[in-house]
This record gives sequence, structure tokens and C-alpha cells, in this order.
Amino acid sequence: MSVLVFVEPADGVLRKPAFEAMSYGSRLAAAQNMQAYAVCLDESVPEDSLKQLGAYGAVKVLHDRSACFRPFDAQVFARAVRAAAEAVQARIIVLSLTYNGRALGPLLSAHMQAGLVTGAIDFPETNGEVFRIRKNVFGGKAIATVEVATAVKIIALMPNAVAPVRGEGVAEVETFTSGLQESDRRMRLTGVNKVSGKVALSDAEIVVSAGRGMKGPENWGMIEELAEVLGAATACSRPVADVHWRPHEEHVGQTGLAIRPNLYIAVGISGAIQHLAGVNGSKVIVVINKDPEAPFFKAADYGIVGDAFEVVPALTRALRRFKAGEMTFN
Amino acid sequence: MKILVCISKTPDTTSRIAFTDNNSRFDTDKVQFIINPYDEWYALVRAVELKEATGAEVTLIHVGPADGDAILRKALAIGGDRAVRVDADPADAYFVASQIAAFVRSDPHDLILTGKETIDYNGSQVGGMLAGLLDYPFVSLASRLDVAGNLVTLERDISGGKEILEVPLPVVVSCAKGMAEQRIPNMRGIMAARTKPLTVMTAHPADPLTRMVAFELPQTKQGVKLISPDQPEELVRLLHVEAKVI
Ligand SMILES: Cc1cc2nc3c(=O)[nH]c(=O)nc-3n(C[C@H](O)[C@H](O)[C@H](O)COP(=O)(O)OP(=O)(O)OC[C@H]3O[C@@H](n4cnc5c(N)ncnc54)[C@H](O)[C@@H]3O)c2cc1C
Repeated sequence: MSVLVFVEPADGVLRKPAFEAMSYGSRLAAAQNMQAYAVCLDESVPEDSLKQLGAYGAVKVLHDRSACFRPFDAQVFARAVRAAAEAVQARIIVLSLTYNGRALGPLLSAHMQAGLVTGAIDFPETNGEVFRIRKNVFGGKAIATVEVATAVKIIALMPNAVAPVRGEGVAEVETFTSGLQESDRRMRLTGVNKVSGKVALSDAEIVVSAGRGMKGPENWGMIEELAEVLGAATACSRPVADVHWRPHEEHVGQTGLAIRPNLYIAVGISGAIQHLAGVNGSKVIVVINKDPEAPFFKAADYGIVGDAFEVVPALTRALRRFKAGEMTFN
Repeated sequence: MKILVCISKTPDTTSRIAFTDNNSRFDTDKVQFIINPYDEWYALVRAVELKEATGAEVTLIHVGPADGDAILRKALAIGGDRAVRVDADPADAYFVASQIAAFVRSDPHDLILTGKETIDYNGSQVGGMLAGLLDYPFVSLASRLDVAGNLVTLERDISGGKEILEVPLPVVVSCAKGMAEQRIPNMRGIMAARTKPLTVMTAHPADPLTRMVAFELPQTKQGVKLISPDQPEELVRLLHVEAKVI
């Protein structure tokens, strides 16, 4: 019996979501006296990178190099992960709640009749047969404890919820043949639009977000500059995306993306309940707003009451000096 | 073409979030229920647009007790042709998906649309499970959807961008922002909805796989620390030394 972790690279490289899921899965495995395995369905990942998963607790990585896994077809992935789970007799399957993870989890759950928890934020609490795990509900306005009673359990881990722990070790990489083929894939990819060079919002550690207080799309240059010095992703409130000042995928909140970065900087956003719902899992929140009564200040750790058009450029300048090592604190 | 739109009932986004029965159940006292925004704004409106453009037939399905009828009538007013309610407690996503799968087996539909997730339990599960149970292809987080003959063209969100895909019918699609714009039902729609068929069906036997056993509210913030607008260095210092996030 084992824990199987589905590791998903981005552009052929394993990144934080994969390391988080792996280290989560191996800690779970250790607590239950099981082995932790990984499965990778991307032929472009070099064997040496997969071996590194050993540092996050993987004993062995099953690598299916079939070309049928590109482009992503959730049904094909679900059947392959199921084959891997059966091969290692997995009792728990862990994956990261990435865009693809969102599609994979429920299919796998239906194929295997295995209970799924979407967006787990913690390690499970286990006691004999009882298996309970916490997840955000109501867009982060509450936390639910979910009990999974099926023999096999699937955990889709919320990105940034549990920090990866890197140790020593090299995983064995084994070629795995799930039996899935090109002819199983029912979709055809006809185009990809990627905004290159930008930090992906869903798993960014720092996010700079702005709202209607910016007055118009022409003023976003200062937001992007602030994001750039911090190595942050950019986000926005819903009305800003609705009027196309910013692209839809930047919209965060109860009806947009839910995120939990280490640092969320909100500029010219009032802090409506629907906005807070998607961001209040952030570890630290900074609010910049000219209205001292803006509700966002109640949900913030740090705040500046002031005009964004002055505060943001000044903050960017200060951060540049800090990054250049020109600031010392005692 | 027959389109099925899965409709879920969620508390209004401004609802007070509280729990009863020793924090084991959501407190629905004074709570207004709405159609889950993703189901309404994107899945349903796109289905109605396709109906207007191609003459497709739009069926709505909801799994839940009788108080869901009001939600279905509103969805009919927006433009659904007929509605089906499976009269059962929606115990978990797998149970709900099993009911919808049973319906589709008895009354096949070509295009099945769900919202990307419900805004209450944030499961993002029903669409994928349904595709799994029916063995239909599944495209999640679609922000654009067009149908030409038997072929569906979709744009879906991926990390750092979008992907454009072609998939033959039948297919299950979970709908996200960008696919359509919210529509407010007009008087004619509301009047017409009163006489559109709403069928109540009994549940198909299925066992839930999970159960929500307890709820809690997140810890509240300690209180905001205000920094003067002419001292951005102080904010940098606090973020570095105190919060340790930069
Ligand atoms: C069903 C439903 C779902 C919703 N879902 C979401 C969601 O997912 N995400 C979301 O964001 N919203 C959502 N909303 C909308 C939400 O209720 C708010 O309307 C929205 O968040 C407000 O956006 P905003 O803060 O950018 O704009 P406003 O509320 O207009 O706030 C602008 C802020 O900018 C400040 N400001 C103005 N000028 C300056 C300046 N020069 N310097 C500094 N500050 C300045 C103002 O003081 C004000 O606080 C939803 C609403 C509904 C009904």
C-alpha cells in the first residue's frame, strides 16, 4: 500500500506545485507507514529532474513517456493515473489543484469511486478508519472538515497551503506503461496563447492587485512596475475585468480565482465581501487606499491611507533600494 | 443539438456565513438563495445564445428539494426550454453527478454545461465526475465555446494563458468567466417561464463518497498597522523584518 503523487511540470520543468504535492504526499505516507511514489505523464521532463523528487520523499517515480499525454485530455490522464495507482496499490492519491488538477481530480474520483477533497489546506486527521481533512468553503469565508470514507482517497491540494520540505535523497525513476495511446485522446489542440515572462497568478508567492481606484487601464504601468520589483503576479478586482481594463484571468474573488499568496498588496480596491472571499487566505495583506473607511483595512495586516498615484511609485522606489541592498535595518 | 445545463443553488454572495447544530450545518436562516453565478452567467447564458443562434434545445437540471423550483423558474425565464429537478438531498458532488448521469442515460444530451465551481462548497467536481461516469470528454474552465456541426471549439484556462481545443460532441464543459455576459430576465421571459415544463424525478440509488462533518470560521486579523504615506521605507522594513515575506 502506498501514497501516489501526481506531479505535473510546467513547460517541462517541475515547479513548486509539484514539490508541494510530493512533500505533502511523502509526509502522509510516513505517518501511515506507507511508501510514497510519484507518477509523471510528461515525456519532456528529464530523468535527472525526476530523481530530485527523492529530496521531497519520493521512493520511486513512474514515468510514462507516451506522446498521448500532449495536449492535456483529462480523461486520458485520469485513466493513466488510475493505472499507476493500481500498480502501486495506492490508498491515497495526491495532486495539486492546478488548472489541470481541477479537471483530473473529479474524473479520477468517478473512475475509481474514490472520495475527493478539492482544495485541501492541511494534513488529514486520521483515527482508525476515520479520515478527515480541512478545506476552504464559501470562497475562504469558512473552513469545512470533510470526511472521506472510501478505501481510496484523493486529495487535491490547494497551492501555497503547505510549504514543501526539501531533504536529501534520490528517487528511482522507472519507465511506466499505462497502456494509453494517441487514439484514446478525443481532443485536438489548435492553439496556445501564453503570456510569457509573467508570474502565474494561481501559485504566485506575491501578488499585486488593483481595482477601480486606478481610474483607467492606462494607469496600470505603476502596478506592473511594483509587481516586477517584487517578482509578483498581477491581479485585479471584478469590475476592472468586467470593463476590460485587465484580462479576465486576473480577476480574483468569490467569482474569480481564489488565491493564497504569502503577500497580497491591494491598491485602490474597496474590499467588498466578494473580493475578500478569494484573497483572505493570503498570509499577509497590505492595503493602499485613499479612503480610511475602506472595508479592506479591516482585513489587512498593514495599510497606507493615501493616494495610490503617489504611494505606489514611492513604494516601488523604496523596494528597488531594498532589493539593491541599499537599505539596512536594525 | 440538445444542451443540458446543470443548475446549482447557492447562498447569495452577501449572506452571513454561520453554522448551526454544533457547527455541523450551514445556517440558512435569513439566507437568500440564488443560481450559482457560474452556472447562470456563463453556462446558462451561453446555452441560450447557442439556442438563439442554432435552434438548440436547452434542458436544465437541478438536484435538490422542492425549494429549488424557484431557482429553476428563474433559469427558465433566462431562456431554458424545460427543467428537471431530481428530488433528493444533494449529499455530495458524486451523488449529484450520479443523478445527472442517470438522467443523461435515459435522455441523451450532446453538450453538457456546468459552472466552474459552486461559490458555497467550492468543489469544482460535478462536471468532471459526470464526464467520468458517462465516459464523455471533459473540458474544464472554458472561457469560450462555439459549436459547428458536431465539433466544439473551446478556449480553456491553463497556467499562464489559454489553450484552444477542438472536441467532438458529446462533451461535458465547465464554464468560467469570459464565456458570456450575465442576462437579466425580462417580463416576457418571466411570464413564459411559468408555463414551461418542470418535471420532478425521483432519485437514482447512489452513495455519496464524502461528507462534510464540521465547519469553522477562519481566524480574524489582529488589526491593521497603519503606515504614513510618506514613509514607504517603513512598510518595506515591516514586510522584511516583521512579516518576513520579502
Ligand atoms: C454575485 C457577485 C459576485 C462578485 N464577485 C466578485 C469577485 O469575485 N471579485 C471582486 O473583486 N468583486 C466581486 N464582486 C463585486 C464586489 O461586490 C465589488 O463591487 C468590487 O469588488 C469592487 O471593486 P473595486 O474595489 O475595484 O471598486 P470600488 O468598490 O469602486 O472601490 C474602489 C476603491 O478605490 C479607492 N480609490 C479611489 N481612488 C483612489 C486613489 N487615487 N488612491 C487609492 N485608492 C483609491 C476607493 O477609496 C475605493 O475603496 C461581486 C459582486 C456580486 C454581486
